[in-house]
Amino acid sequence: MSHRLLKDRAAGYLMFTLTISSLLLVVAMGIGLYMKAAPILHEHSLWELLSVSEWKPMKNQFGFFPFLMGTLWVSGLALLIAIPISLLMAIYLTEYSHSMVRRFVYPFLDILAGLPSVIYGVWGMLLIVPWVANIAAPWVGRNTTGYTVLAGGIVLGVMVIPLLVSLFIEIFSNVAHELREATFALGATRWQTTKHVVLRKTFPGMMAAIVLAASRVMGETIAVIMVCGNLAIAPGSLLDACYPIPALIANNYGEMLSMPLYESALMFAAFILFFVVLVFNLFSRLILKKIKE
Amino acid sequence: MKGLMYASIALVVYFVASVVLSVFKRGIPLLSWEMVSSLPGGGFYMGGGGGFLNAIVGSLYIVGGATILGLVISIPVVFYLNVYLKAGSRFGSIARLAYDVLFGIPSIVYGAFGFTIMIYFGLRASLLGGMIVVTLLIIPIFIRSMDEVAKTIPTELLEAGYSLGSTRWETIGIIVRQIAPAIATATLLSIGRAIGDAAGVMFTAGFSDRIPTSLTQQTATLPLSVYFQLQSPSLEVQNRAYAAAVVLTFIVLTLSIGGRIIMNRFSRNKIQ
Amino acid sequence: MFDFLHRNITSSKEKPFVVNNKFPRPENMRLTTHALSIYIGGNPILKHVNVDIPRNKITCIIGPSGCGKTTLLRTFNRLVDTIEGVNIEGVVMLGDRNIVTAGASELTEIRRAIGLVPQRPCPLPMSIYDNIAYGCRIHGISGRRKLDAIVEYYLRAVGLWDEVKDRLHTPANKLSGGQQQRLCLARSLAIEPSYLLADESTSALDPISSRTVEELFVQLKKDYSIVMVTHTLRQARRIADHIIFMYLGEVIEEGDADQVFNHPKHELTQRYLDGAFS
Repeated sequence: MSHRLLKDRAAGYLMFTLTISSLLLVVAMGIGLYMKAAPILHEHSLWELLSVSEWKPMKNQFGFFPFLMGTLWVSGLALLIAIPISLLMAIYLTEYSHSMVRRFVYPFLDILAGLPSVIYGVWGMLLIVPWVANIAAPWVGRNTTGYTVLAGGIVLGVMVIPLLVSLFIEIFSNVAHELREATFALGATRWQTTKHVVLRKTFPGMMAAIVLAASRVMGETIAVIMVCGNLAIAPGSLLDACYPIPALIANNYGEMLSMPLYESALMFAAFILFFVVLVFNLFSRLILKKIKE
Repeated sequence: MKGLMYASIALVVYFVASVVLSVFKRGIPLLSWEMVSSLPGGGFYMGGGGGFLNAIVGSLYIVGGATILGLVISIPVVFYLNVYLKAGSRFGSIARLAYDVLFGIPSIVYGAFGFTIMIYFGLRASLLGGMIVVTLLIIPIFIRSMDEVAKTIPTELLEAGYSLGSTRWETIGIIVRQIAPAIATATLLSIGRAIGDAAGVMFTAGFSDRIPTSLTQQTATLPLSVYFQLQSPSLEVQNRAYAAAVVLTFIVLTLSIGGRIIMNRFSRNKIQ
Repeated sequence: MFDFLHRNITSSKEKPFVVNNKFPRPENMRLTTHALSIYIGGNPILKHVNVDIPRNKITCIIGPSGCGKTTLLRTFNRLVDTIEGVNIEGVVMLGDRNIVTAGASELTEIRRAIGLVPQRPCPLPMSIYDNIAYGCRIHGISGRRKLDAIVEYYLRAVGLWDEVKDRLHTPANKLSGGQQQRLCLARSLAIEPSYLLADESTSALDPISSRTVEELFVQLKKDYSIVMVTHTLRQARRIADHIIFMYLGEVIEEGDADQVFNHPKHELTQRYLDGAFS
């Protein structure tokens, strides 16, 4: 009889170990990346690394400012595109639509969420980049190759829509039905109810969802590398090329091994990414969790 | 307002159609049986003959290995979180938060981290390295999506097991059958993410023109094959990238559509 | 209407005694509690409960909702353990074993000796056959022929055999509610308990299935001692031999059904029976 119990215990310890060690991955990642980034932090101050614009690894100049700006521009634009679309869609799907419509729309969102980012990159190169070069830029009297912040923002924006929609839907459906009915009973229209009750009530949740989406957008690599132009100059407009941090890491992984400080710089970039994403995620997950309760 | 909402839906449907159709339209005419059934010939990346079977097989190896490893690790974790820990356990909620965070960490960071670990142990880019990083990448997806369903297991079901005198461990047969549909969904999700991942394997699996014959050899993957070939200045080579993109898209679409059909089979024993 | 029950239980089939029982079924082993108190998160749920469950009878625990009857029932097989922050004081004895202090390995044996029929029908997510075989397998019974015999015997015992014999390997969730509940009963019986706990086991069923299950309990008391929590006084009047009346975590009155229903000693019992509160 006791061998059954022994199995129960042993399985418990084993599973606990698996759980703990998979959890410690977060910590290990943080420490590992930080240790690799330490050498460059010894040579240059954090402020210097983040504020200097010169990126000349061969001359020991590691300014991350252009890459930070690249990430900010692209991510900001992507969110500007994705938020209104996702919000309208989520409102429609939760407040207005019949289940028929939902059954029709969800598979599309699934496909959008499931497509690999390299495919988005291909799409960007096939459609968006030429569109920027031949239509958008000439329209404002500019001349570009099309590999720009604008192209990156559009591609990333489309990529993040399914995540935002599903988060918004989850948040909206947490609003009690009684609350909606209460305002309907006061004679409010559907849109008034949505605006005054649902949107106001879920504002913190929406913020959390947006922060989460932002962290997703910032880490996206292959799609942006293919459409952003990858020029280490801080962009001044939507029609400039840019070079986001993930693209920097991915593009230079082969060369860095010969120079210790170069490697350290790239790992510092990975660490920044890790750290920002970690903070964003913790923040928004805690808020979302609170809302659910 | 309603008009705008319709517009947003139309826009999303348009995006899906546009992504899929533009890739297909460009790539399908270039796709040939030779491309998917043969290895790159000499001078392939300058426009020589051959195909990208190396990338297809490499991706299948990595995805297959990572999916199996992922399942082996995540099912016990989900079981532990939901059966061994009492509801409302502090450790449980910290663990769930951590998996949420891990889910959000970009694959390029996984790749960079995996790469430093490999260097630390003196390993080089290899099939094994790629498999491990992709496993780490998909574990949070596995755990989160299975846990979501496991949380809703009726307590009566566990109690039924206990009242028959089973130990906690012996209820695994019940739990696994009950969440079988969730395991299937999670597996498909993970395969989808694993096969499409490029940034994680770029550092860790390397690239190779041949099909790896051991775990320590480098291997090509479909997304990287698309990416690398698109970098080429030669139109001939770029065309192959589009053909590979069609194969990748086709696989992912099949997973997502086929998944809906398979799902019903796994639900047959489930207690509502 | 319930003819088939008699036919099946007294059918010529020999009962397959296959469980090599390390926890024997002594016919005179009693289930009793002494000064049992239970706190959940510091709140008293049961207060100083002393009951004595008679053998081969149907004992009904009655009382208004929230009086602790389900908690008492779930203490008998220690399912209260699954609640966070629970604290048990006092003694629950099964023969010479204290259930309250039973270690984990004793617990699986105790739970086997005291079966539970849940409130809502709750088949396991597997086939009809496996639902019955599951319990036997974890207690170390294997062998196709042996399990076949057990499955058939207990499905007959609950009158389900003729209804399901052609689809033993189909999922149990396809059965109707009443059939599912009888399956749960058969599942509990298959591991040869001596006590059966029933937690409002007919409340989720339609009237006809409910009557079938109720009849089954009456049939079964020949071989088992049954403790039921019941939601209707009428049901208790129909089938109970022994009554425990609880109010706010205390046992107000315990005794023979006839006596409690017809000559309650306590005024509170009388008022409850009169329907003054529920």
